[in-house]
Amino acid sequence: MIRNTAAQMAAKLASGETTSVALTQAHLDRINSVEDKVHAFLFVDEKGALEQAASVDAKRAKGEKLSPLAGVPLALKDVLAQKDKPTTCGSKILEGWLPPYDSTVVASLKKNDIVILGKTNMDEFAMGSSTENSAYGPTHNPWDLSRIPGGSGGGSSAALASFEAPLAIGTDTGGSIRQPAAVTGTVGVKPTYGGVSRYGLVAFSSSLDQAGPCARTVLDTALLHEAIAGYDPKDATSINAPVPQVVQAAKDGNVKGMKIGVVKELNGDGYQPGVRARFDEALELLAKAGAEIVEVSAPNFEYALAAYYLIAPSEASSNLARFDAMRYGLRVGDVDGASAEAVMNLTREVGFGKEVKRRIILGTYALSSGYYDAYYGSAQKVRTLITQDFTKAFTQADVLVSPTCPTTAFKIGEKANDPLAMYLNDIATIPVNMAGIGGMSLPAGLADEDGLPVGFQIMSPVMKDERMYSVGAALEAALLSKWGAPLLNRAPTLEASK
Amino acid sequence: MSLTYEDVVAKYEPVLGLEVHVELNTESKMFCGCATVFGAEPNTQTCPVCLALPGALPVVNEKAIESTIKIGLALNCSIAPFSRFARKNYFYPDMPKNFQISQYDEPICVDGYVDVEIETDEGPKKFRIEVERVHMEEDTGKSLHVGGATGRIHGADYSLLDYNRAGIPLVEIVTKIVPGTGKYAPEVAKAYVAELRDILRSLGVSDVKMEQGSLRCDANVSLRLIGAEKLGTRSETKNVNSLRSVERAVRGEMIRHAELLNAGGRVVQETRHFQEDTGLTRSGRSKEQAEDYRYFPEPDLVPVEPDAAWIEKLRAGLPERPSIRRKRLQEAWAVPEKEMAAMINADVLDIVEKTVLLGADPTKARSWWLGEISRIANDKDVAIADLAITPQDVAEIVALVNSGDLTDKLARQVVEGVIAGEGKPSEVIAKRGIKVVNDDGALMAAIEKVCTEQADTAEKVRAGHIPAAGALIGAVMKETKGQADAARVRELLLGHLGQPTS
Repeated sequence: MIRNTAAQMAAKLASGETTSVALTQAHLDRINSVEDKVHAFLFVDEKGALEQAASVDAKRAKGEKLSPLAGVPLALKDVLAQKDKPTTCGSKILEGWLPPYDSTVVASLKKNDIVILGKTNMDEFAMGSSTENSAYGPTHNPWDLSRIPGGSGGGSSAALASFEAPLAIGTDTGGSIRQPAAVTGTVGVKPTYGGVSRYGLVAFSSSLDQAGPCARTVLDTALLHEAIAGYDPKDATSINAPVPQVVQAAKDGNVKGMKIGVVKELNGDGYQPGVRARFDEALELLAKAGAEIVEVSAPNFEYALAAYYLIAPSEASSNLARFDAMRYGLRVGDVDGASAEAVMNLTREVGFGKEVKRRIILGTYALSSGYYDAYYGSAQKVRTLITQDFTKAFTQADVLVSPTCPTTAFKIGEKANDPLAMYLNDIATIPVNMAGIGGMSLPAGLADEDGLPVGFQIMSPVMKDERMYSVGAALEAALLSKWGAPLLNRAPTLEASK
Repeated sequence: MSLTYEDVVAKYEPVLGLEVHVELNTESKMFCGCATVFGAEPNTQTCPVCLALPGALPVVNEKAIESTIKIGLALNCSIAPFSRFARKNYFYPDMPKNFQISQYDEPICVDGYVDVEIETDEGPKKFRIEVERVHMEEDTGKSLHVGGATGRIHGADYSLLDYNRAGIPLVEIVTKIVPGTGKYAPEVAKAYVAELRDILRSLGVSDVKMEQGSLRCDANVSLRLIGAEKLGTRSETKNVNSLRSVERAVRGEMIRHAELLNAGGRVVQETRHFQEDTGLTRSGRSKEQAEDYRYFPEPDLVPVEPDAAWIEKLRAGLPERPSIRRKRLQEAWAVPEKEMAAMINADVLDIVEKTVLLGADPTKARSWWLGEISRIANDKDVAIADLAITPQDVAEIVALVNSGDLTDKLARQVVEGVIAGEGKPSEVIAKRGIKVVNDDGALMAAIEKVCTEQADTAEKVRAGHIPAAGALIGAVMKETKGQADAARVRELLLGHLGQPTS
């Protein structure tokens, strides 16, 4: 049952073939049996999940009208506030904090009766591409436990790939949904900025952060997308417009007559041969399905990474200032006679990890008087240029595509001491965040040289998220008929060693 | 070596700069829905947003934007079609986010002015104070530092934090530098803050209570030698909590600067705290090394782009400028300057005007509100507006006195009754059985009774010693329970004792 898609699970729940309690219990059992190898979760809410499942079953028994995903379990990235449940953001500084409120995403999940299994591991404050920056130890890639599951949302992607959960929520600031999806053979979508409320999403970089749906199929992702998207008056940057019809697009999977633009600058040097091979193959399949493949150029993308590493740390340096030991979370050095300043200093020294400190320092520097124009100011100009590149490209194509990442999953520890190499992993995903548009990663197959999953990225214009679902669903269908079975069937079962 | 003020202004020219912070009286905070009631239990008016819990986001209070635009318009500013919020980053325990959402290089209102008039040696003189900008920001929480000698964070045993004030909408009004006031700098500063207070009050956007901190003034002062171009180093005095203190603080700083300069020293650029008891300032934070607030546009908020039609609607709805209204009323009522000032200080101008519009004589309306009613409000320690007496009631009472149905003394009883909640004036009169005794027969009976009881005094009056009549009149008034018209009593009494009655 746990290897079903979420849509299949929902159908079984609706027909009475199973109950949400049984389904939830099956996932909790799976978590129990593989978690010591994967470490996808920071908190498993066994009691809360079963209670929620029982309440959905009771509603169904009473004949209440339920939402499409009611009763299906989900793994929640630990960066979203959930009332009375631990929310750490992968950081020591928030250890023990119980939010007194629900993020809007969590409120939407609850409203849709989606069962929350627990909170998933992540790079501290979503800063990283491997979950190695979690203060609570790394998550392992179910395809190869010695490899990273991507980051920052590696816990969510690993939970999907190891069948611990059929649905997950991620957040994406520079690729934290899409890159983990790519390296674990799962699907992840960063919706248009403002499409899903950020209220209750613990901020890393406010102008780039976006929560989004993750699953094992394009349709499942779309179903979750519609459950969490929509205008929220509590988020001033939320878009007040109808939610794009992503479920319909995923069901139709129609690319006939669509123009698909290959971004010249995101495919070439530095991309692993197996990644390029799978990407080219996917393009052929899309052409066969009736799409027109064109090449587009985005000359300013080459500055995206540099600009990103000024904007994101700048905003982070300010967003993370609130962790000062005064009102919640860790407090260190609060002994007689210690000043508030000393306690703040010590707490932040002990509570933040190396990468977080690196970015706080970087951001503080970039915003400093005298440097602002050269760094933050210039980065914002680059951002405008990237947005213009996209605008122009979208006049030539309905969606843009690229490999999601230059490589397949790397080994745990391989890039831990080389931040620049780590940052380069996000080179193809970052432009999407800079322009606030939508981006999807879905599996394109395995790289021949290492047998690891490769991600295919689809980018769609602002609030045209349905386009990436059309293309994604078409490609998924073509690949499935080529493979004969879902890609994840080829991943290790994990339980064998037991 | 202590200098007199005259010595200072003979040698130096003061240059002012005034920053006024106004707490808006919106129902809810600047970026969340929390209440803003003054004096509530600590930390009861807070939520995830104003406590800066992880994940919480600000949303702008539209009403606060409206109030700020009104202020800008009333101060003759232009309203920016596009303005933004920015983050001002610094760590302090009473600032939950460790940054303040403010406006930096893109404020909502710019380039205005306020005219004030003060008395000078050459008569009344007008000064124009140019307003550089009016911008929105949020207030911080309050720290209470317990223990230690200074009540400041350094040296305190521990600190208590109250976040009720955190996030209350603040408007900051910043002047350009104000040269050319010469020896009148302290008066001009005071007049400016007073005028600002009156304008804000007329707009109804703030309580403007300096003692409660809803209006706060920072006074920047520098001196330069008369005739010099270059500005001197300024000090910034905070904690100036009354109009009088504004004047004292400016004067005090001018003298302090001059003493330093005369002694060959230099003024340090710093924040100073005004001390109400001594009228002096105490050194605070040095600003020699400009603090780096790392401002950048607030990414959680969208730009403020007020609709031109909305701005025009707000402009059309602006009330009459207080200084103009004051002049108009003063002329119409023929009130001396001092009395006018008394009414403004007691905050009764509106209520007196309403009473006059209901038909009361301006002098009488003023004397009731400023006299008896103010006294009762004072005794009860409440605001006049909170008393259960309305302009309608006062107008009615004044009319009854004019028609002779009440004496002044009886009218006071009626006022008391209305304030005590006994009802409208007519109801109080009925319930208390208050009426003027104007039946001469009844008065004569009382007069005869008193003259018999106090035969010696009556005899003195009969002998022509008129002043002795006072005691007899008093006794008659007592006999008639104060309900008689004292003038009529006097007339009848003197006639009774064979004395001329005029």
